[in-house]
Amino acid sequence: MSLLVIEQILNGLQLGVTLFLLAAGLTLIFGIMGIINLAHGSLYMIGAYAGALAASATGSFLLAVPAGLLAAAASGVAVEFIVIRRLYERDHLDQVLATYGLVLFFNETVSILFGRQPLFVAIPALLSGSIEIVPGLAFSVYRLAIIAVGLSLAAGLYVLIQHTRLGMLIRAGATHRETVRALGVNIRLLYTLVFGLGALLAGFAGVMAGPLLSVQVGMGEQILIMTFVVVVVGGVGSIRGALFGAILVGVFDTMMRAFMPHIMRGLLANGSEADALSAGLASMGVYLLMAVVLLVRPQGLFPARG
Amino acid sequence: MSPPQATGARAALAIGGLLVFLLALPFAADLLDVPATTSLVTRMLIYAIAAASLNLVLGFGGMISFGHAAFYGIGGYAVGILFQHARLSEPLFGMMLGTEQFLIAMPVAIVLGGLAALVIGALALRTTGVQFIMITLAFAQMLYFLFVSLKYYGGDDGLVVRRRNVLFGLDMRDAKTFYFVVLALAAAYFAFIWRIAGSRFGMVLGAIRQNDRRVAAIGIGVYRYKLAAFVLAGMGAGLAGGLWANYARFVSPDMMHWTKSGELMVMVILGGAGTLFGPLFGAAGLITLETVLSAWTERWQFFLGPILILIILFFRGGLSGLVALFSGRNR
Amino acid sequence: MKRRTFLTVAGAGVATLAAPSILHAQTPLRIGLITTLSGPGGYLGADIRDAFNLAVEMEGGKLGGVPVEVVVDDDGFKPGQGKSIAERMIKNDKIKLLTGIVFSNILGATLPDILDADATYVSPNAAPSNFAGKECHKNYYVVSWQNDSLHESAGQMAKELGYKTAFILAPNYQAGQDALAGFKRMFGGKIIGEQYTRLDQTDYSAEMAAIRAANPEVVFQFHPGGLGIAFLRQYAQAGLIDKVPMAVASPSLDHTTLKAVGDVALGLWVSSHWNVDFDNAANKKFVPAFMAKFNRTPTYYASQGYDTALAIAAALRQTKGDVGQAAFRPAMLKADFASVRGAFKFGPNQHPIQDWYALKVVKSAAGQPEIKTQRKVLTAHGDAYSGLCKL
Repeated sequence: MSLLVIEQILNGLQLGVTLFLLAAGLTLIFGIMGIINLAHGSLYMIGAYAGALAASATGSFLLAVPAGLLAAAASGVAVEFIVIRRLYERDHLDQVLATYGLVLFFNETVSILFGRQPLFVAIPALLSGSIEIVPGLAFSVYRLAIIAVGLSLAAGLYVLIQHTRLGMLIRAGATHRETVRALGVNIRLLYTLVFGLGALLAGFAGVMAGPLLSVQVGMGEQILIMTFVVVVVGGVGSIRGALFGAILVGVFDTMMRAFMPHIMRGLLANGSEADALSAGLASMGVYLLMAVVLLVRPQGLFPARG
Repeated sequence: MSPPQATGARAALAIGGLLVFLLALPFAADLLDVPATTSLVTRMLIYAIAAASLNLVLGFGGMISFGHAAFYGIGGYAVGILFQHARLSEPLFGMMLGTEQFLIAMPVAIVLGGLAALVIGALALRTTGVQFIMITLAFAQMLYFLFVSLKYYGGDDGLVVRRRNVLFGLDMRDAKTFYFVVLALAAAYFAFIWRIAGSRFGMVLGAIRQNDRRVAAIGIGVYRYKLAAFVLAGMGAGLAGGLWANYARFVSPDMMHWTKSGELMVMVILGGAGTLFGPLFGAAGLITLETVLSAWTERWQFFLGPILILIILFFRGGLSGLVALFSGRNR
Repeated sequence: MKRRTFLTVAGAGVATLAAPSILHAQTPLRIGLITTLSGPGGYLGADIRDAFNLAVEMEGGKLGGVPVEVVVDDDGFKPGQGKSIAERMIKNDKIKLLTGIVFSNILGATLPDILDADATYVSPNAAPSNFAGKECHKNYYVVSWQNDSLHESAGQMAKELGYKTAFILAPNYQAGQDALAGFKRMFGGKIIGEQYTRLDQTDYSAEMAAIRAANPEVVFQFHPGGLGIAFLRQYAQAGLIDKVPMAVASPSLDHTTLKAVGDVALGLWVSSHWNVDFDNAANKKFVPAFMAKFNRTPTYYASQGYDTALAIAAALRQTKGDVGQAAFRPAMLKADFASVRGAFKFGPNQHPIQDWYALKVVKSAAGQPEIKTQRKVLTAHGDAYSGLCKL
């Protein structure tokens, strides 16, 4: 039983790390630029598609990673330049509508270019199979790799934000937007960079998710809402919040799914009723978690320090 | 706030013209041999009511609710569940029977929509900004998953309402008759919003949207006002949901999904948030765009997306802004 | 001023909505095909549409000798839009024969209007249980299969393969619950684990761990489309594919998802009513024609779209193009066509009575995974709801 718990925690960690890659960009874009970007999931989809296509064209997963990153970052910068740039001064509502339009556009464009059928992505041979971490517990190498890469990216982001000039501006931008602008910082360039960085991370999440999930149109919207949950639970504008929020949400969600049926079966006599109920509860779990967090700590668990 | 743009004779004329147009529409549709237009416009009017109720919190009150579809769905399920129990003659909660009466089912839909809004609003309104957006979303998603797992009421497959509710001796199956019922309720609801927007309540709500601290400072209970608006909006959405159940003769959890909340939001913004007729333009505009584009090409979303972006980038205030622009009026 | 604007805007709206019906070409019989072309489910609708059109094309623009015109519209995966399209087709364009819908919830919103208008609906896919039982209707035909019978066939298959214990999983919604119920009805062995997943779930690692802990003889899962791809990949990555065999019904693995899953599907058992390698004349005509035209392997959705066109053609041939119920219904019920799946007839609720087969994913001569038919598991199998239907 305890082995199972360890395995589920690792699973939750892996889900959390994927969520973190998406949430980090979203939280920066929201915290610094004040933009609600519904099209963030589209950038994730673009990363996944570019990665899948590059991998099947060249046969190398190592080439898929830069392809995905490049495609997502380029699309992100283009979107910022053409659409988002005109929305900074508008209220959230206009941003919602415009980025919703972007979602429709990207989904349809991808399906025109690459068809409606889901794409195939193989796990790189080096990372396939599973490895015995402790005796009796085998775990997928690829998932372990995602955890490792994701955590090192988190560390890299931490260094970038805490110890570089760009990071200082980003931090300042998240808490004192007007002041940064008044100090003559090229805020436009900063915004484009932040948006590009967010897109890059989303694209990376997309490439990594390719072999695990189904690469298809609409995959971005499936994970978008979960990402918003992470951002809000962690605290808007805070990278640290995004990391801890993502891991909390990932582990919580996995644990609910894994252990809720056991708990409910203990409580209820009727097995199939218990199963249906526990599935319902597990589905609601993440949203319930968010509602409780927001009611107790509206600013999130790890808000950006002002 | 921009209370009813309806000031002066010109506005009265415009509203009169719109009413005449809507009254004549089913007959014109028959004459032009496009009778399905009547039903299409019925759908627009139902969405217009739902969008107008969202506009009450979103446009007038400045509260960005991302979970409005929850109340819409509750209204729909109220009608659907009452119908099912009436049909099977099974008591509901062991005491009351279901009903097929429009005059009973619809008020139940409205009240339940309002009650749900009271509970959710009481909790959600303790937050603001993006937190408010997300917490309303969270509650709506929880309700969505609840109805997905309610096997007795069809779960994900939805609930079929075989016959429309009974209203006096009217033939509700007739598209025209049902259209006029919906039109009457829509007109009443828009008149109600117009009254609210011009009332003291509406003024306070607008003031809260602009600066809630100042409003609180002069001793007005901001929370109570916001909650009242939220409940009124929930009731409106319940009304629209109940009408939808009658219109489509079918309800499903899709009605509560976050994409439906998003769609209602898009209608409000497209039409022009905070304007009286914005939601009507928005609902009609979005559905017209979808219908025309999808009949023309299966790749309609490829065109719809950029059209939405262009409207928002170049016409401030959405379609209302567009209409104002063409009629040479500046807001 | 403003009133004029209102009227012109609205007037333009009516005019554009009216536009499609101006093309009142009376000669060919018009058939309305409402299907889902946008979003993740889009490829299902595209396959149905393409195969239906292919059948029309192969007959030179005719079905059963009657010239037809297929009017296609995308419901956008929205029940309301499906309903509006149906109303427009029926009322404005005077179409009396409709088909095409992929998903049950869209059928639920659309079918009542079609039936009330005394038009005919022939389903190439969606067949929810309520319309198979109490709500069945004489103008509503299903050419695909009733949901439960699909999973009953998977249960029967697992039983015949000799498995005694099973772990079963499906998303927590009506079709998922039906799937597990259908499987259990026929399986007969011991269910040692039963788990519901989520419709919006993309990560199944928790379920994989639970399966490994339970160590069943076979796993049955129902995850249509993209969900199934993710489930299978993760099942293989968890190293389970070599330890616990899996049996599924066809929605969890069709020829399109097989391409996306690749080698990890090898060894998988699939129960289905049709496969590309079926050895009958109709299928030998259909599969190569489809592959030549669209350059992809048809899924069973495509086979159903094609069969739907054939069933309609058979009826039209007898009625000489009359789609009035008095003539059309007896002709339709004869099901006098050579289905690509072999034996086919309508049961009392106008749902199919057909054979079910066990298929297996094996390596082809070219080294690619392919789905090979192994044997028949159920003969002339109807559905569990026909008793509730009074026609």
